[in-house]
Amino acid sequence: MTAAEPLLKISGLSVVFDGFRAIDGIDLSVAEGELRFLIGPNGAGKTTLIDVVTGLTKPASGSVSFAGRELVGKREHQVVRLGVGRTFQTAVVFEELTVEENVDLAASFRMSLPALFRRRQGRSDAVAAVLERAGLMALAEQPAGILSHGQRQWLEIAMLLAQEPRLLLLDEPVAGMSREERERTGELLVEIARDRTVVVVEHDMEFVRTYASAVTVLHEGRVLTEGDMASVQADPQVQEVYLGRSRDTRAAEPAAPAEEKEKEGVA
Amino acid sequence: MKTPGLLAQRTKGGKWRGVVAFAAVALLVLAVAPVTLSPFRLELLAKYLCFAIAALGIGLAWGKGGMLTLGQGVFFGLGGYAMAMHLKLAEAGPGELPDFMVWSGVEELPLLWEPFRQPWFALLMVVLLPGTIAALLGLLVFGRRVRGAYFAILTQALAAAFVIWLVGQQGLTGGTNGLTNFSSFFGLDLASAQDQRILYFIVAIVLGLLYLGFRQLVASRYGRLLIAVRDGEDRVRFLGYDPAVVKTVAFTMSAVSAGLAGALFVPVVGIISPALLGVVPSLELVFAVAVGGRYALAGAVLGAVLLNYAKTTFSENYADGWLYLQGALFIGVMAYAPKGVIGLAGQIRDFVALRTRGPARRIPAQQPPPVPPGPSADAPAEPVEPVGPVEKEAVA
Amino acid sequence: MNAFMNQLPIGLSIGAVLLLIALGLTFTFGQMGVINMAHGEFIMAGAYTAYMLQDWAGRQAVLVALPVAFAVAGLMGLLLERTLIRRFYGRPLDTLLLTWGVSLVLQQVARDLFGAPNVQVKAPTWLVGGGEWLGIRMPYARMFIFVLAMLSVAAIWFYLSRTKQGRRMQAVMQNRELASCSGIATSRVDQRTFFIGSGLAGVAGVALTLIGPVGPALGTYYIVDAFLVVVAGGLGRLQGAVIAAFVLGLLNSYVEFWSDASLAKVVVFAVIIGFLQLRPQGLFVLRSRKLT
Repeated sequence: MTAAEPLLKISGLSVVFDGFRAIDGIDLSVAEGELRFLIGPNGAGKTTLIDVVTGLTKPASGSVSFAGRELVGKREHQVVRLGVGRTFQTAVVFEELTVEENVDLAASFRMSLPALFRRRQGRSDAVAAVLERAGLMALAEQPAGILSHGQRQWLEIAMLLAQEPRLLLLDEPVAGMSREERERTGELLVEIARDRTVVVVEHDMEFVRTYASAVTVLHEGRVLTEGDMASVQADPQVQEVYLGRSRDTRAAEPAAPAEEKEKEGVA
Repeated sequence: MKTPGLLAQRTKGGKWRGVVAFAAVALLVLAVAPVTLSPFRLELLAKYLCFAIAALGIGLAWGKGGMLTLGQGVFFGLGGYAMAMHLKLAEAGPGELPDFMVWSGVEELPLLWEPFRQPWFALLMVVLLPGTIAALLGLLVFGRRVRGAYFAILTQALAAAFVIWLVGQQGLTGGTNGLTNFSSFFGLDLASAQDQRILYFIVAIVLGLLYLGFRQLVASRYGRLLIAVRDGEDRVRFLGYDPAVVKTVAFTMSAVSAGLAGALFVPVVGIISPALLGVVPSLELVFAVAVGGRYALAGAVLGAVLLNYAKTTFSENYADGWLYLQGALFIGVMAYAPKGVIGLAGQIRDFVALRTRGPARRIPAQQPPPVPPGPSADAPAEPVEPVGPVEKEAVA
Repeated sequence: MNAFMNQLPIGLSIGAVLLLIALGLTFTFGQMGVINMAHGEFIMAGAYTAYMLQDWAGRQAVLVALPVAFAVAGLMGLLLERTLIRRFYGRPLDTLLLTWGVSLVLQQVARDLFGAPNVQVKAPTWLVGGGEWLGIRMPYARMFIFVLAMLSVAAIWFYLSRTKQGRRMQAVMQNRELASCSGIATSRVDQRTFFIGSGLAGVAGVALTLIGPVGPALGTYYIVDAFLVVVAGGLGRLQGAVIAAFVLGLLNSYVEFWSDASLAKVVVFAVIIGFLQLRPQGLFVLRSRKLT
């Protein structure tokens, strides 16, 4: 983790919503090729952090540099074009389009407008590979509207993969998934992380414990601690604010105050 | 159970049905109508087809792209006036003024009119004027993420402003009366039934080509993208596309098709005037698309022809009743058949299915149980219950 | 200079009428996502109410008509909400088209009831003529309209911020689900909003009888501008509507004054597009992180 220049470097970042400091001076670096988990109680600022990186939310101050380029001030699609992709807590897929068309659109954003006017001829290898990887091949020609919850999450991940970003930001990819689906998603994540940089926001502690190597804990808009899973879990500060009351952290902080602002998806 | 294979078969069958239907309609329009209809009726049909050309554009922008454009009258008018100005000048002869200018005391041809003497310039303007204005407006409005109802209201305000401006510029535009009294159109004698028939063919062919072009567009990646923008503009940004560009392209194309419609309307009907272009005529165009079925391009064409036919027939006999009927029809369509005539078949099928198989299969797909049952990805032979999309895929 | 200043009361009174109309629109739009094109016909209904009351109240009809028109237009709005619009919540574009159908029918009803030609409502004698103030000609009728609008705004402000019902209305406007979960009967609040909003259109209609004739298409002349006020002011915002209405009213009357009337709407349109470049969501925005 001592790469010369981190792929993603967030420094002095603050986000204010009507006086409420959702992010309060965060510094965070993610090196190329890393698989990083962001955890923290509701309202810690995890999703907001992703929102800022991807251009959805404008920070009050601070900078986000990606591969040496400033992302703050860029619009969402420009950030994507630089190589940063994300998924959403609530999977949003285009229900009227087929699964394949969803993935194909994600894969085609580098095309010029005139090229987009042409009909899609067959299935490109890249799209086929992504469909295969996400286990959606058999559903390729179905409208995405019929997918189950878990399948939607996978379709989101598939669309993200199809974009071939350098940095992938996943916002609670296993929320609402069955145990089996969680396992498959975890394996998929590890596989993806082999050749890409991945940041995962996750609530599900069992999932984090199984798959996380590097973890950053956020609390009330600040970085509480960073490190591998074992040392983070052993950190008394973390135990106090986050894992505190019970050793069984499986049911992700039930007593934490529900911060409305944290809940978000693209509707 | 609907398996992927079956679905593929179905769409293939649908494609053939589409080709057959298109051929049948083309035959009807190009071969049957010209020999069976009286010249008067054929002219009326040509007029409906002009409206259908404009409706196609609305079908693209609104049906596929979700942009409710209530100002198509403006683009229709720009195309129409560009054409009418040329026809007027061609009629007046070199160096002469069009008749209405003489009557309203204009002594010198306004500078704006001069280049319209050239047929190529006029034809270019038929496309360029509406296209440029729509593109500019689209970039300004969509670029700032002004959308939905706001966009609809803005386009409506544009229609209102345009008409008031037209009326006020008596010497330039002919004011309330507009431009009328055309006798020829690029060598066609507009008084001759024979030449009117040729004109009818031109209109029908333009409509057919535009329909095919838009079909192709909708089937292309861009068309998929347009639907994606309609259903989730904000999500599309995270796929790396700028929705403002995607929307502007469709809006511009809809404006150009309205311009073409207006340009053909002028020789067919023989007049272009503000009364044809304002808020109400613009809304009527949208209404036609809603009646025919906004989600299908064919619905737009069907709606425009049906509605204008109904309008002619009814207002010939009971002028007042027509407004009640139109209002009632509008309310009825919006309330009970939001997918229009084209969508009715699917709606009836759903209704019957609901009656015969019970409400269980109506659980919408977008609200799945929190824990989805079974490892469906590993067992694709047994896909999710075929719910929901039945009505969605009915139109293409 | 005098001619210039004389334009002021004209612009202000047009702004006042736009404001009365736009208030109802902005609340029904902001709260329910309903774009009510038939709102213009509530104006017309208010104006004809004043016309009808002349038989009974003579020249004081305008005064008597104010509360009656409020009730008449309000009830029409309530009826429309209960019978049709209720089924369309969350589909703003569809409500626009639906209510346009309603508007067509209502205009035809007016034509059948009152005839197509315009009718006049005689203003009370004390509103005829005008005074002079700082060298500006102040027609009493236009001043009356301005005061009427200001009183209405004050009443609305009081209702929204000082009464329980009004606060509920604000709550529903800001977050319908949350308000509903907190035990607010949202559908009743919707009905009230519709009643009040439509009623104000009726009041605007009465005001319009003071400055022009009444016809079945009266509403169509104002509805588009009123919607522009909503767009420029920001959804559901009282301050926004007030400022936008007067700016639009003054802009309209001054452009007409400087150039010609036919250009005024084009200029207003261009100004609004330009303004939206700076503030795409209007003057005042209800802040929320929700994406729509």
